[in-house]
Amino acid sequence: MAAMKTRMSSFSRNTSVAPAPQAPGLKSGPNGTIFLSSGIPDLDKILGGGFPLGSLVMVMEDTEAPHHMLLLRNFMSQGLVHNQPLLYASPSKDPRAFLGTLPSPVLSKDDRSHNRDPEQLQEKGLRIAWQYKKYFGEHRPNFDSHRDTKHEYCNDFDLRKPLERYFLTAQNICCLSIQDPPNLAAFRDCCAKFLAQFSRNNSSISCAGRVAIQSFCAPQCEYSNMEWDMLSFIRSLKGMIRDSNAVAVITFPPSLLSPSSSKRWQHIADTLLSVKAIPDEDKELANLLTGYQDMVGLLNVHKVANVNTQVPVILEATTFSIKLQKRRYLVLECLNQAPVDGSSGSSYASTGSCSGSTKTGTLDF
Amino acid sequence: MDHHRSSTLLDEALALDWTQPRVIVIEDCVETNGAFVLHHVLKRSVCSSHFFYFCCDFLGFFSTIFPLRSHLTKIAWFSLFGGSPCTNFLAGCNLVTPKDNKRFVFFNLLTLECPDGDEGKTSGGLPSLYREIQKVIIALHEENRKSITIMIDDISLMEVAANGSTNHVLDFLHYCHTLTLEFGCLLVTVNHGDIYSSMERPALLLQMEYLADILIKAEPLSTGLATDVHGQVSLCCCWT
Repeated sequence: MAAMKTRMSSFSRNTSVAPAPQAPGLKSGPNGTIFLSSGIPDLDKILGGGFPLGSLVMVMEDTEAPHHMLLLRNFMSQGLVHNQPLLYASPSKDPRAFLGTLPSPVLSKDDRSHNRDPEQLQEKGLRIAWQYKKYFGEHRPNFDSHRDTKHEYCNDFDLRKPLERYFLTAQNICCLSIQDPPNLAAFRDCCAKFLAQFSRNNSSISCAGRVAIQSFCAPQCEYSNMEWDMLSFIRSLKGMIRDSNAVAVITFPPSLLSPSSSKRWQHIADTLLSVKAIPDEDKELANLLTGYQDMVGLLNVHKVANVNTQVPVILEATTFSIKLQKRRYLVLECLNQAPVDGSSGSSYASTGSCSGSTKTGTLDF
Repeated sequence: MDHHRSSTLLDEALALDWTQPRVIVIEDCVETNGAFVLHHVLKRSVCSSHFFYFCCDFLGFFSTIFPLRSHLTKIAWFSLFGGSPCTNFLAGCNLVTPKDNKRFVFFNLLTLECPDGDEGKTSGGLPSLYREIQKVIIALHEENRKSITIMIDDISLMEVAANGSTNHVLDFLHYCHTLTLEFGCLLVTVNHGDIYSSMERPALLLQMEYLADILIKAEPLSTGLATDVHGQVSLCCCWT
């Protein structure tokens, strides 16, 4: 058994592909895990397949940029494309209006070019490709080869094109405003009622559900200064999610919580992500990173859900750039350090170092 | 898994001969989960013979009488899963047999309800939980009481369950500590140290560190990411 062997190095268990779950939009993973897609193909790959059913995903917002909305929109759109019931809660007075901003899936793979840097291929002269890893992903097969968008596990979404109306008129969308209620009891009951339809049992999964909660501790919410009540709600939600075939994504601005409370929220999460804005015209970053001008933000993966395994997921990198390809498609890329200027003998990156990460560093290559 | 096989470095450090130490405190952080130590203790406990365990994972009980051969053949762990009747894979171990033999009792902190008001006078909540633990221990034969392991994963979640009442959680932990002194049980707790790092006087953290016979700290590597290396562990043995 694997447990009898001494761990040598990067041994990975050869897991055979289990039969796909019957419900659409779900995928079997290792160790009996069932995933549903985040709606972002690159993020699914980073996380090892997607979000495991029964897990709680938390996204730490950056108050300087709404990049968490990109993650939330794609997550919600993917669920609606797969006809997965959705519960959406937001501090807005009219949360249903947000559905009109959800992106539409790309209908054809030809519509999106995978050739991200055509100019490099046409350059004359010999160039040594030191950042070859970013070209490997183009040749990997997709999880599903179906052309039908509804049967693809993870779609590419066109952020400039709104989701078709027939997806939004379905009966399986529940929108809630969490601004006015003075406490979270009613919201908890709504979540319980919604998640009851996805209760886990030993039979096959007929349908999976999605819960999307935006800016949970936003100051306009009446309960926003009741930290223990919010923690209690998250604990209850996690307990409910555990017993259901659903995934909950909660975004929150950690700066609005006390440091201690923020850490508690982070610990409760099974998968923990954070988004960060990239300042415009930052010359230091521009010198340090290649492709800086195309980046709109950074995504950090702090924690990945461990399902049915004692081996935690160790990522090669934890920080990824958020880019909008052709200003329409959300992509995540590993950060690549800029090359050394050979002519002058000095490094473009005066202080940047791939190996000098500390526990408090924000960029991990 | 045979408990007579060669021990690991962690085994040697923990010196788990089930007579001492009495309190093991595991501190971890968001970046590095320390629950693997809990899993290790659980697996060692399950695979050893003639053990009674009280395992509190999300506050659970684990009481077993094992034959020499372990019934465990499958290991899978989802540290935050539990409490559901259909989830019999907890913490990397197949716990169906112990549950069926009533040797494993599990309490799910995600669903534990602590009523408001005077905890000392109301039923339910942490006092009720402690009474359950004590009742089971007392019901066991005297010889077997020393083979009990109480595992709590994690204390900060217990605080949330107690609606932020740190004093009640501390009282509960102190009562559990008396069990270790009176009956020779083993108490293993997981605590997230980074939650309390911003506090001036984190009573919960400091008191548990004081009570610990072994303090284990799991942290990320100080040199950054590395393939196949999850983090670093520091052990401090406090007993004499």
